Amino acid sequence: MDKISYREAIREAIREALEADERVFLMGEDVGHYGGCYAVSKGLLGQFGEQRVRDTPLSESGFVGAGIGAAMGGMRPIVEVMTVNFSLLALDQIVNNAATLRHMSGGQIGVPIVFRMASGSGKQLAAQHSHSLENWYAHVPGIKVLAPATVEDARYMLADAIDDPDPVVIFEHVMLYNNVEDLPPLRSDFDAFKAVIRRPGKDVTLIAYGGNLHKALSAAEQLAGKGVGVEVVDLRCLRPLDSETLFASVRKTRRVVIVDEAWRTGSLASELSAQFAEYCLWDLDAPIKRVCSKEVPIPYPAHLEQAATPQVEEIIAAINYVLGNTY
Amino acid sequence: MKIHLSKADLHQRLRSMLRIRRFEERCAELYTQEKIRGFLHLYIGEEAIAVGVIEVLTEDDAIFATYREHGHALARGLDIRAVMAEMYGKQSGSSLGRGGSMHIFDRSKRFYGGNAIVAGALPMAVGMALADQLQGRNRVTSCFFGEGAVAEGEFHESMNLAVLWELPVLFVCENNGYAMGTSLDRSESEMSVATKAASYGMASRSVDGMNVIEVEAAAGEMCQAIRQGQGPQLLECQTYRLRGHSMFDTQLYRSQEEVQQWLDKGPIVLFRAWLQQSGYITDDELAQIEREIEEELQQAVEFAEQAPFERIEDLCHHVYAAELR
Repeated sequence: MDKISYREAIREAIREALEADERVFLMGEDVGHYGGCYAVSKGLLGQFGEQRVRDTPLSESGFVGAGIGAAMGGMRPIVEVMTVNFSLLALDQIVNNAATLRHMSGGQIGVPIVFRMASGSGKQLAAQHSHSLENWYAHVPGIKVLAPATVEDARYMLADAIDDPDPVVIFEHVMLYNNVEDLPPLRSDFDAFKAVIRRPGKDVTLIAYGGNLHKALSAAEQLAGKGVGVEVVDLRCLRPLDSETLFASVRKTRRVVIVDEAWRTGSLASELSAQFAEYCLWDLDAPIKRVCSKEVPIPYPAHLEQAATPQVEEIIAAINYVLGNTY
Repeated sequence: MKIHLSKADLHQRLRSMLRIRRFEERCAELYTQEKIRGFLHLYIGEEAIAVGVIEVLTEDDAIFATYREHGHALARGLDIRAVMAEMYGKQSGSSLGRGGSMHIFDRSKRFYGGNAIVAGALPMAVGMALADQLQGRNRVTSCFFGEGAVAEGEFHESMNLAVLWELPVLFVCENNGYAMGTSLDRSESEMSVATKAASYGMASRSVDGMNVIEVEAAAGEMCQAIRQGQGPQLLECQTYRLRGHSMFDTQLYRSQEEVQQWLDKGPIVLFRAWLQQSGYITDDELAQIEREIEEELQQAVEFAEQAPFERIEDLCHHVYAAELR
């Protein structure tokens, strides 16, 4: 099995899509000559040319809207928005147009487009480059939201997203780009839109996505040494939620901790908590626990950035809390 | 450029404008009867623009319009019954009734809305033209917007992208002088939209939007230039909204005298008088056109009245291509 990085996995996925379908093109700020802000698209310009690896001006609303129009015109655009923070400049196009056109046209107009954007903290990029606003998009009917956490998902989710007839937003956590993992061949049952149990366990369900999956797995590993069986569920698809997989795990372990790098208030973790309370309350043996970011813009200094965001120790403490362990 | 129109052509332009005018007047009545709800923005006074521009488009060309788009939909040849049923929110409407007055769509006519975020359609029109360019199709994407849109960043981003990538877009600014109640001179440092477009290197010009022939001639030249690969063009049409912004507008921002002056300069008044004085149309012919429009409208209203509403059970349809569990 080959080992490749998360960054390379996305690049290969884009390369494959560009080779497979002439309708596919990549567009965004610095995707071409610069090679991508996070070097994801490095080398693609040379292979595919400026028409299909298209640098744009710093006009997020303009080129995101142009991507939507191109999708309506029969193309299959992949639009890279450098970070989720910048995507707020294009929120109008994504929420008011991409997400609504099918519905407000009575089913006539589809927008088959993929938006890729980096999110998350950990690189000391401070309060305008570090946020996790996945739930802003996951809130909106009409779009689908993916968060690949593994090299395998980085490599294979994109094809499912491009094949999808509706807009798909893919979040790439900035701390994942350098991760190197084994890349297995594409499984026949691969489905980007389902949650996956990354580690089975009987005592508590631990839900995470994107950059926080690895913290969750690390917490589970440490607790395994103490005889605690943590079932780690990788959410993967933030909209639509794979409630079936989530509920089954929670009903089995009867305890749940949710890790989410978004601010706690109104987070995806809040939505999951509400769903467990609505549908699984009588199956639960302990209160639902959330591990989220503190209610503060992400600060620059490393120690404050770490204190603001979910860390392994905090996840372990939350699990111990729902297990009633006080050691 | 001179354009040569036969008597039949001239009658057709008048009929097309009158048809929009009468449709809008009927909508206003139906609104007061509470048959139509929500926001209703009437195109009364601006008919010459949609009629003049859409006349020069082919069926392969695309149209993006605003929330004041009934006229464009009718000029494009959408089924008048489906457009009226859409006003009623009925299933037989052009968007199943889900869009209403502001969101008329018909993909088969390449009519892409009905877009109610000011300037929101400009980037999409740029993208549609990009798709045509990438797929080697010689088509024009037309994009209508009001002068209020030029204050939005998306206008400027779209001007830049269209020129930068040499895209086949005909931008049509319907400059009616007021963004809701804010006049252009109270919101813009440079009041000429054509000048703004020119600053991006775009071919642009300003015409009398009350003169259907002048609009058609200019749009025809610009479309020809686009089809010949000369890149995007912007046509600014000076016009006036003879009714309020929407049905809620009390029009505190302009005087009755001003409105009256423009009523005398309306596109239909002027064109009809010219046709009559020139002997291109008789009173009988005019009366017959009005009768035929009235009959068609009556049928459209009856169709809308009798059309069914969608079932509530189907509420969550058309959010995704395949319904989710």
